[in-house]
Amino acid sequence: MEQTAIKAIGINKWFRDQTDFRVLTNVTFSVNKGEFVSVTGKSGCGKSTLLYILSTMDTDYEGDLYLDGASMRDKKEQELAVVRNEKIGFVFQFHYLLNEFTVLKNVMLPGLKLARYTAHEVEHKAYEHLKMLGIKDEALKYPNQLSGGQKQRVAIARALINDPLIIMADEPTGNLDKKNSEVVFDIFSELAHKYHQTLLIVTHDNDFASRTGRIIEMVDGQIVGS
Amino acid sequence: MKVRLIYDIALSLLLARWRQTLVAAIGVTFSITMFIALLSFMGGLNKLLDSLITNRTPHIRLYHQLQPAKVQPAQLYPGFKNAYNFIASIKPKNRQLDIHNSGAVIAALHRDAHVAGVAPRLQAQVFYNVGVTDITGLLNGIDAAAESRLFSFGDYIIAGNAADLSAVTDGIILGKGVADKMLAHIGDVIQVTAGNGTHLQLKVVGFYQSGLQQVDDVESFVAVGTAQKLLGEPGSYITDIEIKLNDIKEAPALAKVYGRLFNVDAIDIQTANSEFETGGNIRTTISYAVGVTLLIVAGFGIYNILNMMIYEKMDSIAILKATGFSGRDVRNIFILIALSIGVIGGGVGLITGFGLSAIIHHVPFNTNALPTVHVYPVDFNPRFYIIASVFSVLTTYMAGYFPSRKASKIDPVVIIRGK
Repeated sequence: MEQTAIKAIGINKWFRDQTDFRVLTNVTFSVNKGEFVSVTGKSGCGKSTLLYILSTMDTDYEGDLYLDGASMRDKKEQELAVVRNEKIGFVFQFHYLLNEFTVLKNVMLPGLKLARYTAHEVEHKAYEHLKMLGIKDEALKYPNQLSGGQKQRVAIARALINDPLIIMADEPTGNLDKKNSEVVFDIFSELAHKYHQTLLIVTHDNDFASRTGRIIEMVDGQIVGS
Repeated sequence: MKVRLIYDIALSLLLARWRQTLVAAIGVTFSITMFIALLSFMGGLNKLLDSLITNRTPHIRLYHQLQPAKVQPAQLYPGFKNAYNFIASIKPKNRQLDIHNSGAVIAALHRDAHVAGVAPRLQAQVFYNVGVTDITGLLNGIDAAAESRLFSFGDYIIAGNAADLSAVTDGIILGKGVADKMLAHIGDVIQVTAGNGTHLQLKVVGFYQSGLQQVDDVESFVAVGTAQKLLGEPGSYITDIEIKLNDIKEAPALAKVYGRLFNVDAIDIQTANSEFETGGNIRTTISYAVGVTLLIVAGFGIYNILNMMIYEKMDSIAILKATGFSGRDVRNIFILIALSIGVIGGGVGLITGFGLSAIIHHVPFNTNALPTVHVYPVDFNPRFYIIASVFSVLTTYMAGYFPSRKASKIDPVVIIRGK
């Protein structure tokens, strides 16, 4: 059985504005299934850029990317969308919930899109996740009625809905106070240890990073320590 | 399942911006309403104007025209067969204007399955004698019952009764213009003089007004027998046979057939009144152009609102894409939004358009020229409604297509990074 969840080989990326600027230089690493990995580095070191490439949203790069053993190199936009839907769960710095929908519907949307389960089953799963994250009572509220910490937990529930191969998070605590950051970290930690969920967290919070299973440190677009 | 999800999302986005959506839908409703009302009204007017001609004009008229013989004797002579004949100063042949064997021709036409009805007619140039003055005129000997049935003759009798023409011996229905000039009233006896000098006393039983001044100033109607008496001709003397067909479109073809068959001149309504058709076509084209312009303007309204919505919903689009919705899904969502605006706005527009047409159809419209018309004419043609539906869907689709394509191309990374 394939144990590598994600594998990046020689990823290079340039920002091509007036002058070419190399953001990523020969980034090669892999994340095994069940690992709790954080990527740290100073702001501007390319860690977010790397995350967007790994998440298949950014396709303008050189090198090879394997998700669950499958190359992402030559996939079309639509195929990549399916990959994101099925295999990747996202948590962003800002919650990015859809204000037009209830919390429950927000969590359900990726599941409805995948349509692996019926709408009823997806709803049930969504409730389960919300319950696990302690926000079941907010299910029928709208995102703008929730606090920042609650929103971030909804975003985590949404990331979990399709039982993803890997959850990627971009500064998930960057916009939260100490207490809520702690709650979010505990959730990630529980997911990693109790459910063996693969996690890849980009953060500049060294305290946060130090408590993860493995730290990948980046400086100027290169991995310096792992 | 997937379609329902797309529909669900589209609906939520629509409701989140229901005011803008409403404005866009009202734009479509308004344009569809005006489109239908305009075309129905214009169609009604066209029909009315056409009916001025088609209702009272025979679809085919059989008659004899005074014309030079087509084949001259010199051409028949065998000795000149291979020669080229120059014949100067040809004159029309002197021949009778009546239709030979008219009884048999009418009987044959009655049996023809294409023919809805036949009416004989006899036209004669006359003078109406008023005191010392003579007014030139045209006397039509008609079968009043057949003319009323086939060519709505009765509709244009503004006083008296068409049937009196056959009931009253030597009765005459005067054109309104003629009657005004002669200061004649119903029951008066007037005198007409035929081209051959015969005088006849006729009793005025009614007035006729067609709405065409030139006609009303000249023409009058008597029974066929009365006209024959005036001209001193026998009972079979008829100058015109008027034919109404079941299908007016067959007129040009059948006119040729009848002309050959009965050895007469035959003219069909399309040839005789080609200018009316042209006028009608131009009016229709103009009203379609205005209507389509309205729809296109509404389309721009939808385009604007969708564009705005997409700018506002950039984050939502980015997140949908990040969580696995493809560009095509996003495009479908926005096209669906546009189409819902079009379908709902258009649907309401069809109803209000019908309502507006109905209101127009109740507005009084009285004119001397059109004695049978009392309200504005409206053509409730289902075709207008079909065209309006198709166009509303088409323009809204086009209006939705470009913004939604833009939405589908939004790069989630750019949006998410930008924060």
